Amino acid sequence: MSSVYVLHGLKPWLIQRVSAVYIALFVIYSVFSLATAGDAGYLQWREWLLHPLNTIAVGLFTIALLLHAWVGMRDIILDYVHNTLIRMMAFTLVIVVLISSGIWSAKILLLSVVI
Amino acid sequence: MTVKRPVYLNLFKIRLPTTGIVSFAHRVSGFLLFLAIPFSIYVLDLSVTSSQGYEQGLQLLQQPVIRIILLLLVWAIVHHMLAGIRYLLLDFDIAIDKAGSNMTAWTVIVAEVCIMAVYVWGVML
Repeated sequence: MSSVYVLHGLKPWLIQRVSAVYIALFVIYSVFSLATAGDAGYLQWREWLLHPLNTIAVGLFTIALLLHAWVGMRDIILDYVHNTLIRMMAFTLVIVVLISSGIWSAKILLLSVVI
Repeated sequence: MTVKRPVYLNLFKIRLPTTGIVSFAHRVSGFLLFLAIPFSIYVLDLSVTSSQGYEQGLQLLQQPVIRIILLLLVWAIVHHMLAGIRYLLLDFDIAIDKAGSNMTAWTVIVAEVCIMAVYVWGVML
């Protein structure tokens, strides 16, 4: 019952939409920041990233992106992988890649403040 | 009516409608963007840890192979976003009929060609 709940229903659908809206707004903001950056180099890039609002925005973006990628990859696997064992292995692989990515970017965001 | 089997399907005569092309490309672009996540985080890590790493990251992104991959990824972001906005409109029952959804699918294609043209001329060249 619980495994069925994970795969169906309103929750993933809503996660996909809400994260999509945040990701789209963040992408527009990033492109705007890039376009107005001019000849900015390493120091300006760090300064941008270490501004609390940008750190929070990037952190939220990472979370939104990983959730969005999970629902999307889950849909693809459900559509094309029918063998239960291979399907579970594919789910596991995607989850490991996404969680590892999350840990890695959390490390970057938190430690770059210290260095 | 009995159908003679096997049925011969000429795949070159079955044309995926524009809405179908936009929809399938949305899936392909999403998959490509998933594959790009670890690489993107690697470049982010390089770029913030030291000024040498930042230069190293810049050089990496200048590699011809990487530039082609980046072009593909920029297309993936642009298409995924535009087709995604189209899906959000469909969720609100906007352009849900055949003519309307066909029109928005074409709008996505035209808009992404324009944005990619601006990107190639403005950023890549």
